[in-house]
Amino acid sequence: MSEPLLKIENLHKRFGEIEVLKGVDLAMNKGEVVSIIGSSGSGKTTLLRCINMLEDYDDGIIAIDGETIGYRLDGGRRVRRREKEIALQRAMTGMAFQQFNLFPHMTALKNVMLGLTKVKGMDKSEAEALAERWLERVGLLDRRHHYPGQLSGGQQQRVAIARAIAMAPKLMLFDEVTSALDPELVNEVLNVVRGLADDGMTMLLVTHEMQFAHDVSSAVVFMHEGRIGEQGAPAEMFRQPKTERLADFLRNAKF
Amino acid sequence: MELQQFLSEVWIARNALIAGLGNTLAISALAIVAGTLLGILVGLAATYGHAALRVITRLYTDFLRGTPVFVLILACFYILSVIGVQLTAFQAGTFALALFCSSHVGEILRGALQAIPKGQVEAAKSIGLTFPQTFLHVLMPQALRQILPTWVNVATEIVKGSTLLSIIGVVELLLAVQQVIARNFMSLEFFFLAGFLYFLINFALERLGRYLERKVALPT
Amino acid sequence: MDYNFNFGVVWRNFDLLLSGLALGLGLALVSIAIGCVIGLALAFGMVSRNRLLRALASIYVTAIRNTPILVIILFAYFALPQLGVRLGKIESFVASLAIYAGAYLTEVFRAGLVALPAGLREAGLAIGLTEMQARRYLTLPVMLRNVLPSLSNNFISLFKDTSLAAAIAVPELTFYARKINVESFRVIETWLVASLLYVLTCYVIAALLRQAERRLAIPA
Repeated sequence: MSEPLLKIENLHKRFGEIEVLKGVDLAMNKGEVVSIIGSSGSGKTTLLRCINMLEDYDDGIIAIDGETIGYRLDGGRRVRRREKEIALQRAMTGMAFQQFNLFPHMTALKNVMLGLTKVKGMDKSEAEALAERWLERVGLLDRRHHYPGQLSGGQQQRVAIARAIAMAPKLMLFDEVTSALDPELVNEVLNVVRGLADDGMTMLLVTHEMQFAHDVSSAVVFMHEGRIGEQGAPAEMFRQPKTERLADFLRNAKF
Repeated sequence: MELQQFLSEVWIARNALIAGLGNTLAISALAIVAGTLLGILVGLAATYGHAALRVITRLYTDFLRGTPVFVLILACFYILSVIGVQLTAFQAGTFALALFCSSHVGEILRGALQAIPKGQVEAAKSIGLTFPQTFLHVLMPQALRQILPTWVNVATEIVKGSTLLSIIGVVELLLAVQQVIARNFMSLEFFFLAGFLYFLINFALERLGRYLERKVALPT
Repeated sequence: MDYNFNFGVVWRNFDLLLSGLALGLGLALVSIAIGCVIGLALAFGMVSRNRLLRALASIYVTAIRNTPILVIILFAYFALPQLGVRLGKIESFVASLAIYAGAYLTEVFRAGLVALPAGLREAGLAIGLTEMQARRYLTLPVMLRNVLPSLSNNFISLFKDTSLAAAIAVPELTFYARKINVESFRVIETWLVASLLYVLTCYVIAALLRQAERRLAIPA
């Protein structure tokens, strides 16, 4: 079997006294869609943020395509990479946030174009064409000159996804992308995510939408108190949980 | 040694410096107290007065806040004597600072009073309080807590503004220091001393304000 | 009060007053421009992880904000030459005002930076921008728009503070008003016109800046 696209080994992360990740191992192949479920405080979001180096991690390895993220090993010692390098590594993964985090002072189009011009160094017309293609893909081409403040939550999240995808990441990270949305806006965003999955995009999602996780994932990971509690194919996970904890969690979760 | 020389110069000038410091404190205290009392009236008129009174207080505060303090001081100093009000430079300058203070206190008090939810007045009415009672027991205690931090800022502005009286010949701290410098030419050291003393006064004011804030803060 | 108003001499010297007003505006503009550079640098210092930077920036802000501007002006003009730094009247005044403004603007920018949602910078990093790029394209443009109203207030304050340039004989509005006052004894007329010029200018600046704020506002 070939090298996995994402490989996490023995990942540890502390915030001061509190250890949030207590040794996480995870591997993902290209084209896989993995959903992380678990109660709040179990470390799901922190795991995603470490993969994108929005948080430094304290121990262990995160590697994408065999390249260690954020740190390199120098004779057995972990050395933090330079900011410039980390910035380029971040561009290998795309991230969609719970709160969208669109740039409020830029139109939808400019939001998508910024990374293309400033990180990928595309010229303006090329970036604009690409940005328009992705906005069209998420169904918002007609809103490209709107500012985030003029868009609904669902529309903002779709622009945010287009902004991340346009960078052609090897791996997309979705952090509870529907949690901040009104119920009637959830589906328009999930449909976009489902479409990307159908295209074969490699995706790691943190989600509370159990039905969606069940339908879209090739594997589901249940996190509990900073560790992986259980993982497997969605059908088994949801129908025959092996651990009492997962069974408990699923009883209280909404479908 | 230079430090020794500076300290001995300070010692020689101690009486003049202490007198100047005393004047600065007196000017500031008088202006702050008088200005605050006047400002409370202005704030009340601006919030609860009839339409005409509100327009007048608006003009009053806008005019005083739009004019530089220095111009206010010069204007009071020159104009009052021409219209037959004989004031010393000390009195005219302090009066100007008090006017300046009143316009700011009036404005922040108006803001604080208007920010109190209407429901408070209605609740007071419904338990049978008259407006003066409502004002005294319900509105003012809230408004005063609210304006305390800004009021301390205004007070420090007054202390700093008191230096401008030196220009109309009031021997407060800054002019006292300048007179000392004229004798010994140690401008660097003595301006530093002046700055440091003002810093101490304002720092003390700020601490006092923080202390009061904590003391009157409502438990949450 | 028997005072006969006669604005003749004031009108005859009106162009002098206007030239003084223009100089004041120019001084305020240059000072706030330099002050913004100081303020931005120190504001980033105040939110940085480096303890020394944070301490230095907050010492600057606390010291300058509690020192009267007149002390700084006199220090720059009369005491700096003792250190071998000889500045002209205008240069030393602009330096003083810029240093003074820098302290206030540091607070404005710091508050603006702290108020930004963390997600703004993070979303930039997530698409691969470096810290410097995220600052330049995201943090700064959004923060500057948010603090524009405070910047406007500071500019108006600074404009009023330019009246203090008269203390070292820089020929701005207050300087000419004093001159006309002393030469003509048309005391009330002179100060009334001078005050009104300040008040009106403040109004116009405020209106223009509000207009600019509206045009630069992020559509919502």
